[in-house]
Amino acid sequence: MFALKLLWRNAFRHRLRTFLTVLAITIAIVAFGLLRTFIDAWYAGVEASSASRLVTRNAISLVFPLPISYKDRIRQVEGVKIVSYGNWFGGIYIDEKNLFANFAVDIDSYLKLYPEFVLPPDQLAAVSRDRKACVAGRKLAERFGWKIGDTIVLKGTIFPGNWEFVLRGIYHGRDKTADESQMFFHWNYLNETVKKLVPRRADQAGFYMIGITNPSLASQVTMAIDELFRNSLAETLTESEKAFALGFISMTEAIVIAIKLVSFVVIIIIMAVVANTMAMTARERIGEYAVFKTLGFGARHIVGMIFGESMVITLTGCAVGIALTFPLARAFASAMSNYFPIFNVSKATIYMDVGAALLVGVVAGIFPAWRAVKIRIAEGLSRIG
Amino acid sequence: MMEKSTSPIVRIRNLSKSYRRGSQVIPVLEDISFDIPDGEFLALMGPSGSGKSTLLNLLAGIDKADSGVIEIGGIDITTLDESTLAGWRALNVGFIFQFYNLIPVLTAFENVELPLLLTRLAKHERRAHVETALRVVGLADRMAHYPSQLSGGQQQRVAIARAVVTDPTILVADEPTGDLDRYSAGEILDLMDRLNRESGKTVIMVTHDPRAAEKAHSIRYLEKGELKDVRA
Ligand SMILES: Nc1ncnc2c1ncn2[C@@H]1O[C@H](COP(=O)(O)OP(=O)(O)OP(=O)(O)O)[C@@H](O)[C@H]1O
Ligand SMILES: [Mg+2]
Repeated sequence: MFALKLLWRNAFRHRLRTFLTVLAITIAIVAFGLLRTFIDAWYAGVEASSASRLVTRNAISLVFPLPISYKDRIRQVEGVKIVSYGNWFGGIYIDEKNLFANFAVDIDSYLKLYPEFVLPPDQLAAVSRDRKACVAGRKLAERFGWKIGDTIVLKGTIFPGNWEFVLRGIYHGRDKTADESQMFFHWNYLNETVKKLVPRRADQAGFYMIGITNPSLASQVTMAIDELFRNSLAETLTESEKAFALGFISMTEAIVIAIKLVSFVVIIIIMAVVANTMAMTARERIGEYAVFKTLGFGARHIVGMIFGESMVITLTGCAVGIALTFPLARAFASAMSNYFPIFNVSKATIYMDVGAALLVGVVAGIFPAWRAVKIRIAEGLSRIG
Repeated sequence: MMEKSTSPIVRIRNLSKSYRRGSQVIPVLEDISFDIPDGEFLALMGPSGSGKSTLLNLLAGIDKADSGVIEIGGIDITTLDESTLAGWRALNVGFIFQFYNLIPVLTAFENVELPLLLTRLAKHERRAHVETALRVVGLADRMAHYPSQLSGGQQQRVAIARAVVTDPTILVADEPTGDLDRYSAGEILDLMDRLNRESGKTVIMVTHDPRAAEKAHSIRYLEKGELKDVRA
């Protein structure tokens, strides 16, 4: 009781200094939290991937398609439950800066493969009936104010022309990791149109998505599929959805590493700031510590006082920082939803915040505590007056 | 009035202390020996830099001698290790400093309670002791005040309450009136005199003030590292 009272009063003795230090910690914790969340967002696709889904694509490169005839042969492979397929469409809505993912897919099998995308049955029926139907995620529809029945025109980039769709379904995510900002439409609509315009590009799928009966069969099925098309005109490369998603990110790994580094640098800087505050504080209190020692208090009391005060300051900043991280992440998420459909502050980030704050508190206390314990009482007392 | 016992409470033999500044050795105390009887009120005087504070710190166990014996209440404190010495100080020595040395973030009550936190006393027992000590120094009505809300003389009285609250064997005071006006100094000296006479506390006081020294039963002069003149 007494100890806590003393810690608290000592911590707020220099109001302005403590306020500024707490503010610096708050800013650091917010920055650290947002950077970690940013990294999480980067890996959101990996996080959302399922162990029971595989992706098959052209072995040479993702830009080369595979014949649609592969569909039935893949379905024959033991362990395969569902086969879906599609093409990255890459259409632009009104302006190039309105980025979002849009695919041509076999909608029925695609939704079976992605139970995390929930579409009401009546909407699903309406989608099936309409050749030009498209489905959008809840966030995407909200972003552009789309309502069921709206006509949406995308400008094709890979498949030139203006493409008209009718919004027949809006899916929502089953949980927070599900991406609610995709749009997809019937692969058949794309294929029929392409057949008329550029016949040689028809009947081609950019990728196959494969659902397997049991995640433990993944490597076996992967090998079986690739074996099936070995030495054919278009050899395949099959991998887990996670590996596929990671493949995309590996291209940008340097950025992620840079961000990680910055997040740690932020913590190191704040460590220096708090250490400086604590060093100043302890230097001013050398005389008081000498008085405590004179009265018979030992090294552990002095050390406790210094670390306790350091902890009061860092944990106060940490608590405020964490409290601010959530609204700021939400604001950031809505501003950046084009680039980061998923931007959630994870539990792990909060644990890291607290861990970093504890570390800063301890490190900042080490030197002052060591000095305060070391100094001879008579010398400490002579600093008074 | 307490009867003075014949055996000395403080026995100092061949005490030497020097400071090192780089390669230079500055002798401060050289082979000092003397006794202080129990219940004594001793004033230590001498020119500035003569080593009065150094001597006081040594016999209060907050500094280490180079050689010699310091026996207090039969215990040679020069043989105690750091943490035993700290425990010994808490029980046996009450300090009064020139600049009061109260903890500014603690109230008068809390400052006086401080040394009791190292004892096994329960909260209500501590409260009783603190209130008694503050009543003795005449500050029962200032318990909730912070040092900054008290005058210098009042702060020194709080410091005296803190020094006596554990009922120590000896009271040491380093220029306790050095920072006070004449009137407040008088009050402090009267208080110390009362503690000595009524509670039989042995008081060892360093002072420059002849009027302060007058209160003492005996005066010793320290000059150039030696106890020159002994006048009882
Ligand atoms: N930590 C130290 N390092 C080096 N020299 C010291 C140290 N402390 C004291 N001295 C020296 O020891 C001598 C005695 O100092 P001390 O403080 O005991 O004197 P004093 O009699 O109390 O003087 P004053 O009346 O001014 O308080 C002085 O010459 C001083 O400079
Ligand atoms: Mg002195």
